[in-house]
Amino acid sequence: MMQLALEVGQTATPEAVMFWILGPLAVVAALAMLLVKKAVHSAILMAFVMVVLAVFYIAQDAVFLGIVQVVVYTGAVMMLFLFILMLVGVDSSDSLTETIKGLRPIAITAALGFGGLMVSLLGRATLGRDAVGLSAANADGNVEGIGYLLFSRFVWPFEVISALLVTAALGAMVLAHQPRSSKKSTQRQQSINRFRGESLATAAGLPAPGVYARHNAVDVPALLPDGTPAPNSVNASLKARGDMLDSNTFDLKKISTQVEEEK
Amino acid sequence: MDASNYLYISALLFTIGAVGVVVRRNAIVVFMCIELMLNAANLSFVTFSRINGNLDGQVMAFFTMVVAACEVVVGLAIIVAIYRSRRSASVDDASLLKR
Repeated sequence: MMQLALEVGQTATPEAVMFWILGPLAVVAALAMLLVKKAVHSAILMAFVMVVLAVFYIAQDAVFLGIVQVVVYTGAVMMLFLFILMLVGVDSSDSLTETIKGLRPIAITAALGFGGLMVSLLGRATLGRDAVGLSAANADGNVEGIGYLLFSRFVWPFEVISALLVTAALGAMVLAHQPRSSKKSTQRQQSINRFRGESLATAAGLPAPGVYARHNAVDVPALLPDGTPAPNSVNASLKARGDMLDSNTFDLKKISTQVEEEK
Repeated sequence: MDASNYLYISALLFTIGAVGVVVRRNAIVVFMCIELMLNAANLSFVTFSRINGNLDGQVMAFFTMVVAACEVVVGLAIIVAIYRSRRSASVDDASLLKR
């Protein structure tokens, strides 16, 4: 029945239902992608749009592309995006403030014009024309059909694109490579630094950061036996980020030890 | 329902992606909007393939996906390199040529 409906050029009813549910959802998700503040939320919404597009591909007899869309885009590309987001960190550039004056109204006006132009052009270009459908082209199977085209008519672009992939991988390696600024110290050198360094006080290692019951505590310096905090017990990068907490607030003296009488 | 409805939604997604590239300031979000535009183009390739009844459009969409993957790899490497030198992922901060 599905094949019959495709041959007439009109899509079957289940596909229409699927389209009118998922299509608006995809547009809303894409719009929300622009409006949400955090880049991570944008990435999740983007993944949703990509999954919806995969469903659209499969509904339009492009089974191979639908699977590739899920595997390559939502699988590899979005994971790469999330990975870089976690690496770079969420910073102040997430804010939605307008940095160039008057950019937003101009952009929205231009987008409305462009979108209207595209939709009206598409309407004129395809109005009243029946879709042929892919039942004839997919007669031997979708993967077989695409494979046949890839290795006959499109074999040259296919080879060129493999060169492009290799070049991109090399380029990413060159761009992301960072030479060591200092020589890596050997175990022998570390041992010499520890015992013949400035003092023997830290020869047995630095004190561990304090673990208090009221706080989850790599960022709280340990209290030495005399009650003073030991700042070198906290990781240097936490200190540089300003994430070190004052351990005085966890001092037991500050806690009220009075017991109220129960009535 | 006509198959060209997919084309309309593709045009809408492309427009939204274009607005995102202009409006958003975080380089990673700008990049995701470019991906959205590429995906929208892919959807119209697949739809035209169905309307015309041959698989050329699907092969083109396949090529677009490979190019998009390359572009993401190199682009994210550039973002990481900029972040290392300037400690920011905002597209406004990489403006050495202007000053």
